[in-house]
Amino acid sequence: MDDPLLLARAQFGLNIAFHILFPSLTIALAWILLGFRVAYHRTGEAGWLKTYKLWTKIFALTFAMGVVTGIVMSFQFGTNWPGFMNRVGAIAGPLLGYEVLTAFFLEATFLGVMLFGMNRVPPWAHIGATALVAAGTSLSAFWILALNSWMQTPAGHVLDAGQWIAGDWIAVIFNPSFPYRFTHMMIASGLTASFVVAGLSAWRLLKAPADAMARRTLRVGVLVAAVLAPVQAVVGDFHGLNTLEHQPAKIAAMEAIWHTEKGVPLVLFAVPNAKTRTNDYAIEIPYGASLILKHDANAELQGLDAFGADHPPVAPVFFAFRIMVGIGVLMIAVSWFTAWVTRRDAQAPRWLLWTLAGFTFSGWVATVSGWIVTEIGRQPWLVHGLLRTSEAVGDISGAELGVSLTGYALTYAALFAAYMVVLTHMAGEGAEAAAAKALPGASPAGAAAD
Amino acid sequence: MDLPLIFMMLMGVSVLAYVVLDGYDLGVGMLMPAASAAEQSVMVSSIGPFWDANETWLVLGVGILLVAFPLAHGVVLGALYLPVVAMLVGLMFRGVAFELRMKALGWHRELWNWLFWAGSFLASFAQGFMLGRYITGFERGFGFLLFSAIVGASVCGGYVLLGATWLVVKTEGELQRKALGWSRWGLLWVALGVGLVSLATPMVSETVRAKWFDFPRTLALMVLPAACLWAGFIVWRSTGRIARHQGSPDWQPFAAAVAIFAISFLGLAYSLYPYVVIDRLTIWEAAAHPSSLKVVLVGAAIVLPFIVAYTAISYRVFRGKAKGGLYD
Repeated sequence: MDDPLLLARAQFGLNIAFHILFPSLTIALAWILLGFRVAYHRTGEAGWLKTYKLWTKIFALTFAMGVVTGIVMSFQFGTNWPGFMNRVGAIAGPLLGYEVLTAFFLEATFLGVMLFGMNRVPPWAHIGATALVAAGTSLSAFWILALNSWMQTPAGHVLDAGQWIAGDWIAVIFNPSFPYRFTHMMIASGLTASFVVAGLSAWRLLKAPADAMARRTLRVGVLVAAVLAPVQAVVGDFHGLNTLEHQPAKIAAMEAIWHTEKGVPLVLFAVPNAKTRTNDYAIEIPYGASLILKHDANAELQGLDAFGADHPPVAPVFFAFRIMVGIGVLMIAVSWFTAWVTRRDAQAPRWLLWTLAGFTFSGWVATVSGWIVTEIGRQPWLVHGLLRTSEAVGDISGAELGVSLTGYALTYAALFAAYMVVLTHMAGEGAEAAAAKALPGASPAGAAAD
Repeated sequence: MDLPLIFMMLMGVSVLAYVVLDGYDLGVGMLMPAASAAEQSVMVSSIGPFWDANETWLVLGVGILLVAFPLAHGVVLGALYLPVVAMLVGLMFRGVAFELRMKALGWHRELWNWLFWAGSFLASFAQGFMLGRYITGFERGFGFLLFSAIVGASVCGGYVLLGATWLVVKTEGELQRKALGWSRWGLLWVALGVGLVSLATPMVSETVRAKWFDFPRTLALMVLPAACLWAGFIVWRSTGRIARHQGSPDWQPFAAAVAIFAISFLGLAYSLYPYVVIDRLTIWEAAAHPSSLKVVLVGAAIVLPFIVAYTAISYRVFRGKAKGGLYD
């Protein structure tokens, strides 16, 4: 483990995987918060205000985690991957710069007004601040996904004295995979946030079954998820077809297709064997992959053998893809079933509440798996076809990387543990009091008003 | 148009904005152990609405270094790798402790309070240490490390001064009276630090020595230390007058503290120009491709006025004395 390339990748991978947890929640949660805020403004119900305040606290904590882990990244771009900036900095730099300028300051500044300014500014300004925070988080996602998509499917670039520079910025930003990846990520965020909302509400209902607001927010989360989950399946399919067109090696790794052939089966499960370049213990559906990817059972698909050594490692991409898709299917089932059971404001049975509570962070697992597919699936390239990861690594010593990797890992473990404890604590806070109060009259409205 | 020069100035402004803005909230963090629990609540409330945006200036400064001077970004942050990690770990614990300390109970709250203080201190010291390493061109050896440690301690003192004078603006009564005292201690600490660093810098760097001792320009340069002394005097005098209710406005010590930082920063900029890595890389050698500089400049020219405007709005919304319990 003293290979600097491997350590640099491990460190950067740990960092982005930890970082993405928090934006993937805040991007969509910001819009849900705007909904709560507007609901309070329209109805004047104290319950909505209480809900808004609870979820702004969760948002603020999550946002802070995103900010502090994001700052780390702005340093690591240069320290771990100096070759990246030297070769494609003229394209990556401005995209990152625009993210800081247009999004970071906007969200960070108005977050202050949103969190603490409710009694200091008129309602329209407070709603406006909430909307600007939401716009800022989405804008930030726009720039980052533009850059990431450009690294997957570069376009609009020209070579100038050994550096890749932008010939056409519109083509760089709206590169071939950008619309798909951006939509896929925004919906992923929507699913992550809606399952967190539904899951923590279910957690609260398990402790205080009469909490009417928790029942409402559970329904908000479930309905948003029920709409988004099937849409995500369709968007994901389009995204896959786009990947097949531009990064066929990634698709071959996702589906563990080792050899180019016609009528390729869909591998449901297998253990890809990199030594024999075959799949062990495979369970397959005949013609499935050809059917899904080419919409023709006999179509030919390129296998990994078509790319020589220039293809990603198969096992992590293959398994991560199956985890993502598996969770996506379960999300559709859970959200639809719960939406049906809780129709006309019916209380969900306890076993279903436990299920929802168990799915609270399913969006995180699916999102991180999806990013593992797309990022490891891009290897050995850092920028597809233009720059190899091994060409971009810096000359930080293995020892320095090892020390800092350990430091980051310990820090992240501590922060994550604290985050989870506080999140579940906040979700359950006051639940006992609410339950006790609701007992005499057993009126849901009474529980909502306190 | 000299794009690298424009970006150097832009980066300078971002770094100075960061140092002053995050400086005061890091300073407030370092002062936490000196206050009672109720006072701590007011102190945290006084920086609550601002700290996120304050830290964004660091991202902008590092972002400009990355975007405009990619060669220097690699050299500087590569040489400062471990102190950068220490700073980031400090900032992370501090930022999260900020949110968690109010939501935790019992010994958990004590733990987060401690981490908030320790994180603020670690981040401040690491920033000063990095500045020391940067000025000395990342030379290795005990003397250079000692120099960097002194700069680290001085920056802590500077941030304490900023934090204490910020509290003079944002608090009242007993806590304000305490903050006035902290301001004076911070000032003494800064005076010692600035003095030591000013004496040591020409000794550790030949380049800086040549720039400072170049008569008759040296005489004109004496304006900087003179202005710095005057700003220090204003801090001392105004804190005394506020304590005795003799009518100095409560923003005066903070403004003078900011002036000390701005003047020191100008001096530093003069010493280092035109290098982005001293004795190794000038800003023109390290600059990125002109096409990317142009694109970012257009964006910055359009967006920065808005950033300044809504930052001003935010400070206006949260003007006046801070009350405790913002987080409850």
